[in-house]
Amino acid sequence: MTKKINLTLKVWRQKGAAHKGALETYSAQQISTDMSFLEMLDLVNEDLTLSGKEPIAFDHDCREGICGMCGAMVNGRAHGPEKGTTLCQLHMRHFSDGDTIMIEPWRAMAFKVVKDLVVDRSAFDKIIAAGGYVSVNTGGAPDANNIPVYAEDAELAMDAAQCIGCGACVASCPNASAMLFTSAKVSQLALLPQGKVEADKRVLSMLRCMDELGFGNCSNERECEAECPKEINITNIARMNRGFLKAALFSRHK
Amino acid sequence: MDWVKGTFGTSIGKKQLMAVTGLGFIGFLTGHLLGNLTIYLGPESFNSYAEHLHALGPLVNMAEVGLLLFATVHISTGLLLFYQNYKARPVKYVGKKWAGGRTIFSATMPYTGVLILVFLIIHLKTFHFVDHDNQTISQIASNVFSSVGYVVFYTLSMVVVAFHVKHGFWSAFQTFGANHVKYMPAIFVLSAICAVVAGIGFGFLPVVSRLVL
Repeated sequence: MTKKINLTLKVWRQKGAAHKGALETYSAQQISTDMSFLEMLDLVNEDLTLSGKEPIAFDHDCREGICGMCGAMVNGRAHGPEKGTTLCQLHMRHFSDGDTIMIEPWRAMAFKVVKDLVVDRSAFDKIIAAGGYVSVNTGGAPDANNIPVYAEDAELAMDAAQCIGCGACVASCPNASAMLFTSAKVSQLALLPQGKVEADKRVLSMLRCMDELGFGNCSNERECEAECPKEINITNIARMNRGFLKAALFSRHK
Repeated sequence: MDWVKGTFGTSIGKKQLMAVTGLGFIGFLTGHLLGNLTIYLGPESFNSYAEHLHALGPLVNMAEVGLLLFATVHISTGLLLFYQNYKARPVKYVGKKWAGGRTIFSATMPYTGVLILVFLIIHLKTFHFVDHDNQTISQIASNVFSSVGYVVFYTLSMVVVAFHVKHGFWSAFQTFGANHVKYMPAIFVLSAICAVVAGIGFGFLPVVSRLVL
């Protein structure tokens, strides 16, 4: 049943990358438990705007868990405490009247804070640009089913392709490593015949790009798979590890 | 030789170095424990084991050089990874909660690693770099373990080793990419067994030495 709850928010406020930030306390009154977390923030922002204050900046777009734009640490957990959901899919019914909720941006050297809860995730775009694609010649579209794909491999590739690039893996990793993201992007292509062709070169260049961007090293803590809203698992990281070994030691790519 | 740097200088490359050397140490621990279990059979057996081992001569020296090389790689790479991982998040969270992936074993890896290094230095100083001409290995062990303080330190150190092995063992297989639906559950179990065997096997040696030697 719909209830109205009152909450105290401690939100990270920071004017820009060059400014120092701090947690500020706000009260969120008469929040319907049917609201999503982002709708709750919208309501708080309306109050802030009406009282002449700067609204809280946060990223969002589709609000149905498929775009990967939203995301913040809610009470120390990426996208909040629910399993397999993005922040927009987190509903206020999971909170109780009188709760204090702490909201912080993703923290990583490679993700600089742009403003408040908004972080710059263009590092992910750079990793994709380094090799997260398949080179296809232009021309007429080939016939469907020309290349046989085993259904189970297709499923595994689709599991990896579910990654929406939200950055929760980096945010929740004790080392701020981007291995779950990068391995998902490597796997979704390496599992399919079209992607296998460039698999060796891809894994080397994507890994080296990831390292240059200042992400940490994976130490198999498994926090990433526990927090991933798409529940992408670390077998993808293992696949990337062996793909790397094969490429580095046995392929002609340097 | 650029590809060598481009391989072992990467984050995965460094992890491969940690995994290979780490598994090497598990192999060493297995041999070391099997040999030391002769303590249970009394001082004669223990001394005879030590004599037979040292009779191998140059093979032992080669193994020592190998272990030193592995230790250098494992420790220096480990410290570098720890520093890089610390740097990868310059602004820490005010409140961070773990989601259930992290365990006490994985979270303490750098610290248990450093503690093992401290133990190793003391262990070598008390057992290896001592007079071996005028006393047998049983006499050395018996002398060292006559101090209750040292027994406590040794036993606690073995708990630390067990912690390190618990995460390190399965982690090495994941790093090699050997995360496989058929074998991973067994690797997890084996990881726990290795940790317990190392902890109990070595951990009880001082007490046994005090009773037997």
